[in-house]
Amino acid sequence: MNQEQLQELERIARDVRRLTLQSIARLGIGHVGGAMSIAEVLTYLYFDHMHIDPEHPRMDDRDRLVLSKGHAGPVLYSILAKKGFFRLDWLDTLNVGGTNLPSHCDRNLTPGIDMTTGSLGQGLSAALGIALALRLDKRNSRVFAVIGDGESQEGQNWEAAMSASHFKAGNLIAFTDNNHLQIDGSICEIMEIEVLEDKWRSFGWHTQKINGHDFSQIEAAVHLAESVSERPSMIILDTVKGKGCTFAEGQVASHNMPVSREQLDQALAALEEN
Amino acid sequence: MGKDIRQVYTDTLLELAQTDDTICVLESDLMMATGTKAFKEAYPDRFFDVGVAEANMVGIASGLSSEGKIPFAASFGTFASRRTFDQFFLSANYARLNVKLVGTDPGITAQFNGGTHMPFEDVGMMRLIPDLVIIEPCDTVSCAALVRLAAKHQGSVYIRLHRKGSQTLYDERQQFELGRGQVLRDGTDVTLIASGFVMVPEALKAADLLKEEGIRAAVLDMHTIKPLDEELVLSFAQKTGAVVTCENHQVTGGLGGAVAELLGEQLPTLMGRIGSQDKFGQVGTLDYLLEAYQLRAEDIAEKARRILAKNS
Repeated sequence: MNQEQLQELERIARDVRRLTLQSIARLGIGHVGGAMSIAEVLTYLYFDHMHIDPEHPRMDDRDRLVLSKGHAGPVLYSILAKKGFFRLDWLDTLNVGGTNLPSHCDRNLTPGIDMTTGSLGQGLSAALGIALALRLDKRNSRVFAVIGDGESQEGQNWEAAMSASHFKAGNLIAFTDNNHLQIDGSICEIMEIEVLEDKWRSFGWHTQKINGHDFSQIEAAVHLAESVSERPSMIILDTVKGKGCTFAEGQVASHNMPVSREQLDQALAALEEN
Repeated sequence: MGKDIRQVYTDTLLELAQTDDTICVLESDLMMATGTKAFKEAYPDRFFDVGVAEANMVGIASGLSSEGKIPFAASFGTFASRRTFDQFFLSANYARLNVKLVGTDPGITAQFNGGTHMPFEDVGMMRLIPDLVIIEPCDTVSCAALVRLAAKHQGSVYIRLHRKGSQTLYDERQQFELGRGQVLRDGTDVTLIASGFVMVPEALKAADLLKEEGIRAAVLDMHTIKPLDEELVLSFAQKTGAVVTCENHQVTGGLGGAVAELLGEQLPTLMGRIGSQDKFGQVGTLDYLLEAYQLRAEDIAEKARRILAKNS
């Protein structure tokens, strides 16, 4: 990735953060923290990597993405809107009755959403099912999945982990948004999940750990993961919950928080300065 | 002896798979119990045994379905329902996918596996899922027909599948439709509404017992519990003025609950419900359990007599 590409992705990620915060602030409450922490990985995937077509959101040979931490939907909606899957002004309707953009991802409501998620722990199994179906259909499409670190406490993830390596799902690449916080406190206080790398590796996954806010590292890790055949890949993203948002960064309370007009203005001003 | 019901299930899937390459089969370490090994041998690529992990099985099935596959995923009814309820509810049904979940060993047919494996609540839980279709075949002919219809139906289906043993109540040429009950016997005094391998024959026997006393009992096979064939239930309730539901399940939540809700709202009718009366399962032979939960033809006939006595 050259400097120009890097700057462009950083510019897009800033804009994605802006759109996401604006859409959440319109209703005055939402899942800020876990949306901000995955802005880079989703920006990289959708603006630089995945084979997708906003005009044909269900195109057969597209790459798929399952956002298992479905509460981060708003950041994905900002990306899909910017890509042109739907009009930007849909972002104004986040969580408004009758909206196409509910707080948690819904494959039937939102163009570009590949799987309905929201009950934590279920997305990785579904992503594996998609990966197996694509293999049956002899498609080269890739399946990306994003799970949370708190979400890793759900046992179903480990059932999926075991079966993905057993079924040699080399077309499945998952990310853990390791932002170190969950609703009730820090992960290490509430329920320790470390050593996460060792766990995934011992379940037979190709495993990497990188800085989840560094586009160059994300690109390198995704390329390396794709070079591995017959094994699923886990890329652990070391991230900061609420990253880039003045009132949310590093805050336990950022999981689902009220957002005032003043906080929004302050956060947007700070984003501009960066 | 005819084919085991489970073999009818597998044979029907094999037959469907010949012309439909989207049919997939999933098991969670109960392939030998469900009897789907023949499918694994014929279509190894489309067969997934996920080990003892039912929640993951339903999640994988949902993912397969989102790519246009038609997955049939099986486990004992207790685990298919209780263990995977949230996965089946959200990943399959709320996501509007097309997952066929099979719960085997309904009610007392779990026999020596006992209370841990005896589903008296699966239909009740499943009825709470919007738009889900719930079927319970009672014999070889209806099993083959209903599994074919389940595959064809666009949307998730819960199939309550009897496993061991064979019985044929229908003519091979009988046509079935999801959501349309079958009139096995017409009658004017009381309507016995039954579902499944165990209770449909008991209801027929009960009708014979009542006939000896001059009571003409109609018998309906309600193979689709959801959507309930409301028209048929209402017309027979109207005609006979008395209804007894017969299910190998709790009397709440399942067939009895569905019929009571319908009649309570639209045509208050004296009725009785045969089934487990708010009891957990236990070990025993089929005969022992039929008696323990008062599911026998005699129990049905007695319930009918009592209702008729109240009516007169």
